[in-house]
Amino acid sequence: MQIYVCLKHVPDTAANITLKGQADYEAGAVKFVANPYDEYAVEEAVQLVEKDGSGEVVLVTLGPSEAVTTLRSSLAMGATRGLLVKTDEKFCDSKTTARALHAAILQDGSPDLIFTGKVAVDTEGSQTPYRLARLFDLPVANEVSALAINDGSAVAERELGAGNREVLEMKTPCVIGTTKGLNEPRYPKFPDIMKAKKKEIKELALADLDPALDPRPNLGKLEPVPERSGATMMEGSVEESVAQLIRTLKEGKML
Amino acid sequence: MYDDRKYTEENMPKTGILLEVENTELKDINFGLVTAARDTGANEVLAFTTEELGTEAQNDLARYGVSQLIRLRTDSADITSSPDNCAAACVQAAREYGLEYCLGLATAFGRDIFARMAALLDVELAADVLQIDFKAKTAVKSHFSGKTMATVSLQETPGLLTVRPNAISPVEQPATLESSVFQADIQSQAKVAVKEIKTSDDRKMDLTEAPIIITGGRPIGKPENYAMLQECADVLGGAVGASRAAVDAGYAPHSMQVGQTGKTVSPNLYLACGVSGAVQHFAGMKTSKVIVGINKDKDAPIFEKCDYGIVGDMFEVVPALTKALQQEKQG
Ligand SMILES: Cc1cc2nc3c(=O)[nH]c(=O)nc-3n(C[C@H](O)[C@H](O)[C@H](O)COP(=O)(O)OP(=O)(O)OC[C@H]3O[C@@H](n4cnc5c(N)ncnc54)[C@H](O)[C@@H]3O)c2cc1C
Repeated sequence: MQIYVCLKHVPDTAANITLKGQADYEAGAVKFVANPYDEYAVEEAVQLVEKDGSGEVVLVTLGPSEAVTTLRSSLAMGATRGLLVKTDEKFCDSKTTARALHAAILQDGSPDLIFTGKVAVDTEGSQTPYRLARLFDLPVANEVSALAINDGSAVAERELGAGNREVLEMKTPCVIGTTKGLNEPRYPKFPDIMKAKKKEIKELALADLDPALDPRPNLGKLEPVPERSGATMMEGSVEESVAQLIRTLKEGKML
Repeated sequence: MYDDRKYTEENMPKTGILLEVENTELKDINFGLVTAARDTGANEVLAFTTEELGTEAQNDLARYGVSQLIRLRTDSADITSSPDNCAAACVQAAREYGLEYCLGLATAFGRDIFARMAALLDVELAADVLQIDFKAKTAVKSHFSGKTMATVSLQETPGLLTVRPNAISPVEQPATLESSVFQADIQSQAKVAVKEIKTSDDRKMDLTEAPIIITGGRPIGKPENYAMLQECADVLGGAVGASRAAVDAGYAPHSMQVGQTGKTVSPNLYLACGVSGAVQHFAGMKTSKVIVGINKDKDAPIFEKCDYGIVGDMFEVVPALTKALQQEKQG
């Protein structure tokens, strides 16, 4: 089985983001990791190839040179090799991202399955799997939390909210966007980390891949979410403070 | 396909919305979407759905400003069990009606159909937006897991956006509603088929759709204690959430978790009970309109970041709140 996993190099969700300029941030001050939802994708792909007994898991990243470190830590989860399409654009638009990933995969081999995470935690676009599927003319399911691959077909489940789930059937190859619940991503052990250091990571320049690819971030401005300045405290006994709260909320038309 | 006409009063920009209907009922979260699309009367709003809606739903839509209700139909393909066909029919309708913008809700359904439409049309999609400025052609959306807000430009036609449920409050602005049917002429593009919907036994309101949320943190102590919050939520017409510490302790399922690794919500009112106020929790509920903290520690960090606070034991405050609300209701 030839499986491609699209993996994004993103700031750690626990990191403090320091903004600068109109739509930029101090990337140097932040720890970068693999997009958390992409880890479910890597784990699923590795498990499928392990079960199949043959094939490879190829990680594909569009990002800066530093993304090599993220690729290495994900290779330690058992993936075979990596492809890094280099761009210095921090917020590559989603159309260009999908085209770059498509071109890189197409140049490399023919996928039996393509995985992505359901959303990138930095730009929060949740559309890459769909655009990729369109470019490959393949079926797509996103936010998948259960997956069964059979001979030539896939059955995927996605959460609809309020505990309801949708069961989707499609032919393979297909594109699957993964989310929490699909599996438990493994913590690489020391020997796996050492092994990953020797795995191949092929670097490509975005323009070499396709000169027509021109990332156009459509981000006009980045601002911190306004913080509240502190609570107005309700005073008195439990009954009194509850009554005061209800009154206040009613005045503000919240109740 | 699209021309740059100058608009007169009669020739207002048309904005299409895709309605969310569940078991033939129009969900309340649609009305905020109508308000977002209406742009205080600058846009004509056309509402699309694959379902048949009754008079009550039609009257409600008219009251918030929908002037055309259009049922999407097709004889050539199945649009109810195929998201690909549904998206293709929406794309065709967008072209046919000359829609400048198409708005949906950032729910499981809306996220899926709009991303499929964006891929078909090869246009940008502004996902999970909180505000729209049609004049400036921009939208504001969450970025960096709720830590920052990004202003994105809407340069393409049609502009595709999904709006976070409850982020834009519904405002009534009556219009005269006409209903019609649009027969989409699409070849089936079904690549995935919905085989089954697995429903959970207890039909609770989804957190992301709830106008009011009451959350219990780690000190809830055991799963059964959430009944106390559920009782309060029932009086309020809301849903119950949990912090990650409570989920990790096994007191609540992950589907109830609010925060960076759980659900992102924007209710009108968020009551956090026994929640310390960690940044990761706030990443998921910061955009709530009003946040109330109930915590027994007067120095808990939550009080620095919420609107109203009560210092007290949630096991005393919440039942007192429920009781007071019940008494209010009874008159
Ligand atoms: C990568 C990452 C992702 C995370 N994602 C999330 C997420 O999605 N959601 C999330 O919630 N957290 C998340 N966290 C965890 C977060 O950092 C906090 O640990 C968590 O939110 C704490 O939960 P809590 O407030 O319920 O519990 P605690 O921190 O234990 O706080 C309990 C609070 O309740 C008060 N209290 C105790 N007893 C009572 C009582 N009887 N009545 C009233 N008040 C009482 C205490 O004073 C205290 O303030 C994440 C952390 C990391 C590192």
